[in-house]
Amino acid sequence: MDFDTRIPIYLQIMDKIKKDIVLGRLKGGDKMPSVRILANEMEVNVNTAQRVYQELEREGVLYTQRGIGSFVTENLEVIAGLKEEMARELLKNFVQGMRELGYGTEKILLALQEYMEGEQNGTVKG
Amino acid sequence: MELLKAKGLTKKYMTKTVLNNLELTLEEGKIYGLLGPNGSGKTTLLKTIAGLTRASGGELKVNGQNIGALSKQEVSYLPTISHLPKWMNVKNCLNYYQDFFKDFNLELATERVEEMGLKYNQKVSSLSTGMLGRLKIALAMSRQAKLYLLDEPLNGLDPISREKVLEMILKSAGEDSSIIIATHLIREIESILDEVIFLKNGQIALEGNVDDLRLVKKLSLEELYKEVYGDA
Repeated sequence: MDFDTRIPIYLQIMDKIKKDIVLGRLKGGDKMPSVRILANEMEVNVNTAQRVYQELEREGVLYTQRGIGSFVTENLEVIAGLKEEMARELLKNFVQGMRELGYGTEKILLALQEYMEGEQNGTVKG
Repeated sequence: MELLKAKGLTKKYMTKTVLNNLELTLEEGKIYGLLGPNGSGKTTLLKTIAGLTRASGGELKVNGQNIGALSKQEVSYLPTISHLPKWMNVKNCLNYYQDFFKDFNLELATERVEEMGLKYNQKVSSLSTGMLGRLKIALAMSRQAKLYLLDEPLNGLDPISREKVLEMILKSAGEDSSIIIATHLIREIESILDEVIFLKNGQIALEGNVDDLRLVKKLSLEELYKEVYGDA
């Protein structure tokens, strides 16, 4: 995995796992690899991998069964929450970018609406 | 647990002060990056911990022991220079290490030397810089030490050898030992470190958990380096 060296590595691995859950690549109840294997796959330090699981557990995304391993939560609310969190992040970046271009709220909404309509027409035509 | 403690550690060469009242505490189970420009004291600090040069003042303990014959048994040092006699072949080097160090694991070393693509009968003098770098790290990490001191383990190595060396470092990292990597090649080690120590004028300018520093400063280690040293 290629990391953005300005962002904590553990956060980037957490995001990757969350994304895998939202996209259904990881399902509720799936067993996660051991800390060592995760560290190996990501080519990071074991402590970093450990922190990933600790934080995900704290957020309720994973749960640990003593002596067996870490598992993906089966709580659908938590998984829906992850999806919302990711959507909010995308929206935040979009709005921030538009504001930097000098767009006000109304203009952003209008631009978005026009874009969506255009995309729809495009799909119909295509 | 505390693995290393330096209090007021000072090293002078003639009139030049290389380590200046340095305070440092290292814990076990971590990979530390020791960063700083040339002449900041990195090699001197490592050599002092390894017991290869004597401090001029202050206190230094490894695993609770003063530096000496006992502490040396628990410290594996990888020097920048080639310390392996040229006439030896790879097999000789393994035996040489086994004779020298009680904690050397010959079986593990044999496995690692093979993993690194080295052949027993290759002579040290015939090895490329990359292959020599691989041999040195395989030997250093095959000791069951408490503290591994790696002085520029990636310097002059080709990209594939660098990757192999980093893999070996990660693989060897254990819960009850620690590794210090002194290097200029910051980008290469960004993602494998737990903690970073920036040395400046023989003192610690900044230290901390790498991910926590990224979180607070929103900078990569390389950018942080430039912030700490300015135009040094």
